[in-house]
Amino acid sequence: MTLAMKGAVLLVAVFLIVKFGLPLITAPLPMSLIWLYLFLTTVGIVVYGTLSAESTEALLGPIFRFLGGEGLNGSAKLARLAVLVLVPLLVGWQTYSELVPSSQPPAENRTIHPAPPGEFVGLANPVPNTPENVMMGKGLFSAFCSPCHGAKFNGNGPASDGFNPPPANFVDPGTIAQLQESYLFWRIKKGGVGLNVEGHPWKSAMPRWEVELPDEWIWKIIMAEYAGSGQKPRTWE
Amino acid sequence: MGPHTSHRRSDNRQARQAGAVVPATRVWAYAALVFMLFTVAAPLGLAWGQEAPAGPATEYRDILPGVVGSRNLIWIIAQQHLLLAGFVLGVPIFAWVCEIVGVRTGDPRYDTLAKEFTKLLTSAYATTALFGGILLFLLIGLYPKLMSYLTDVFFPSFLVYCVLFLLETVTLYLYWYGWDSMQGATKGFHLFLGFLLNVFAFFIMIVPNSWATFQASPVVITEGSMWARAWAATWNPTWWPVNVHRLIANVVLGGFICGAYAGLKYLMAQSKEERVHYDWMGYVGNFIGVFGMLPLPFAGYWLMREVYQYNQQMGITLMGGFLSWLFILQAMLIGILFLGANYYFWLGIMYRIPGSEAKYRKPILAMLVILLICLGVWMTPHSLVASLEEARKMGGTHHPMLGVLGVMSAKMTVVNVMILVTFMSFVMYWRAGKQETATWAKAAKVGQGLILGIATVVILVLGVWGYFVPAITRINYFSTTQVLVMLFVLLTITPLTALVLKSAKTTTEMVWGIMPPRAAYALVLNAVMVILLMTLMGYARSSSRVHWHVYGVMQDTSPYAYSPALGYAAAFMSLNTFLFCLMVAFIFWVASLGGEKKGGAPGKARVKEAVRPAVAGAR
Repeated sequence: MTLAMKGAVLLVAVFLIVKFGLPLITAPLPMSLIWLYLFLTTVGIVVYGTLSAESTEALLGPIFRFLGGEGLNGSAKLARLAVLVLVPLLVGWQTYSELVPSSQPPAENRTIHPAPPGEFVGLANPVPNTPENVMMGKGLFSAFCSPCHGAKFNGNGPASDGFNPPPANFVDPGTIAQLQESYLFWRIKKGGVGLNVEGHPWKSAMPRWEVELPDEWIWKIIMAEYAGSGQKPRTWE
Repeated sequence: MGPHTSHRRSDNRQARQAGAVVPATRVWAYAALVFMLFTVAAPLGLAWGQEAPAGPATEYRDILPGVVGSRNLIWIIAQQHLLLAGFVLGVPIFAWVCEIVGVRTGDPRYDTLAKEFTKLLTSAYATTALFGGILLFLLIGLYPKLMSYLTDVFFPSFLVYCVLFLLETVTLYLYWYGWDSMQGATKGFHLFLGFLLNVFAFFIMIVPNSWATFQASPVVITEGSMWARAWAATWNPTWWPVNVHRLIANVVLGGFICGAYAGLKYLMAQSKEERVHYDWMGYVGNFIGVFGMLPLPFAGYWLMREVYQYNQQMGITLMGGFLSWLFILQAMLIGILFLGANYYFWLGIMYRIPGSEAKYRKPILAMLVILLICLGVWMTPHSLVASLEEARKMGGTHHPMLGVLGVMSAKMTVVNVMILVTFMSFVMYWRAGKQETATWAKAAKVGQGLILGIATVVILVLGVWGYFVPAITRINYFSTTQVLVMLFVLLTITPLTALVLKSAKTTTEMVWGIMPPRAAYALVLNAVMVILLMTLMGYARSSSRVHWHVYGVMQDTSPYAYSPALGYAAAFMSLNTFLFCLMVAFIFWVASLGGEKKGGAPGKARVKEAVRPAVAGAR
């Protein structure tokens, strides 16, 4: 097998793995990420294939000769013709499908963690972190938060299926473990409608709990969320 | 409109005079006239549409609103000034280091290289100062409120800056014009001048850094003398992180621009000597660029940490908020830079050391795979760009499996591994074509392997462990330990390799001047990547202030007090990169004119040698 063939096989294999293999064990990957990994694979093939004069010839020679039609006959000639016709058509089709009006909303790069307003920056939790307060926080969490965020703090409450995006999973080290308590206080108190301009598009069904819960309860719920999910709030000292 | 008309008359008069004095260059004079009209008279005549309102002091002026706009103009001029400044501060470091190496090794090529680049400094220095002047005038004219405030705070440092400029100019002239006369016994004094040049350049960099960092992290005191207030404002939380980050970045910029210059000259070379010289120069440029690049991510990490500590809101805006996508772009650009630098090293092994392909292909493949995996991790965002349907299938914009790659623990780990791989690429290049003769060489090799292996395991373990500890533990202890481990590898393997190679015998002589054209393109690519990176992260730093001129102190109340869309910003970054490349090319060209004249048109003589350019060389 020539180097060019090996490269093509590798590229196809990576595509099959990330597109169809990974979804067998986890959720499917978005195309943006698949393109990224295919781009990296292509770069790798080109870098490795062009390390020496011989390998460059082995990688690019067959491609150039095929596209140039040098010494081709019979079915190879037809294959070249097909490639020369199909590739521009493919590009045209791709361009058309990107531009044609569709009922699908466009892909979005949502800002998950917009910067909080100044008055919510660096607030310390005024409630002492005692077992009693944590226990009370867990009770409040159970009453007000668990229907969506789940009794196990994993975002898998009975109502979670009704939301897109789904409620945050606090067990995931990429959520509340990255944030300070004051950040959570802001998000709970002000809810989805309290997101600032930076938080566009405002896609959060989080209620504005300040209209129902006193601040002290919110602080206790925050303590419970960290304790229950096994995470620690972000601190600077 | 009266004063503007007189400006135009004055310009026309000057242009007419220029044409009368030098009739042979009339075409150029007309071109210059058109250029001057476009750059000076047009904005003055057309854009001063907004007359200053009577009464309170003018806070803002605008230029061609809706077409250019004051903010965009400042964006372009400030970025060009900063890139040029990076160049004129990076090149002296580069030149001085080369000069020292030349003296230490006795290799005259280093002295020639240092001189070749110092020659560029004179024209580059003037261009930088020119853009600094334009920037200053535009800032005073377009943002008088802000400039009045900054002048009030920083006036003493303005004076210091002027004095530093005088000292730098005098030293630069002595350093450049005294190059040939200060050889032999007085070479030491010339080296001292180079040292002074860099000291003044360093201070010239950090003084305006204080103005820019003050805008992001101001320290304002109302009491005390003028000097005390200026000093307090200067020593603000992000001043030193930015100073260190920019100093290292300037070395990287200088190195890679040297590489790109050598690459282009190599492609155009028409004699074997030229190819050998520029091939070697490209290697030196790439080496210095890579050398600077290794600690750069950690300087950036320190800067971000200080930003977070100063103001979490600003930190979140940068790293978690709407500017966080810039860091994914940054990962892509740095990744390409790492790949480009390694690719150049690998090509060097394959081409300059004949017969090495069989020995080094497998290690190179392993390093390439590791680099690409690390790059894949680094470029995987925490929140993915997904259509509604894709997001539904994933259960949100976080992927349940790959989402864990989006946080800092993963990023820091792969950056450290990529640096190690790049370092090992260099070590491999260093050792290629040599055979160790020392009796303890084998033990040293085993030791190096152990150090590298254990260090990699420690970095990976800390990276995974980082997910299970509080963020502060990860930031303060794990991340710093990872960096220290990586530095330990660099600081042990380098001297060990040097010691082993001291007594090694050369089995295959390195052959210069036979690199393929793609090696030169890789050098150019690296330079473009560094410039793009500087425009990208410069934008990130500047826009993290959002709608503040001076964060939390002076609000931006102009019509431009909004953050542009990322695509719009990216277009400006590309434009700035393109303009800077044009300017650098112009500076190189101007510098080459003097050389050709003195040498009696060597270009023509070289053509007669009929040696084909490298572009036409083999694959």
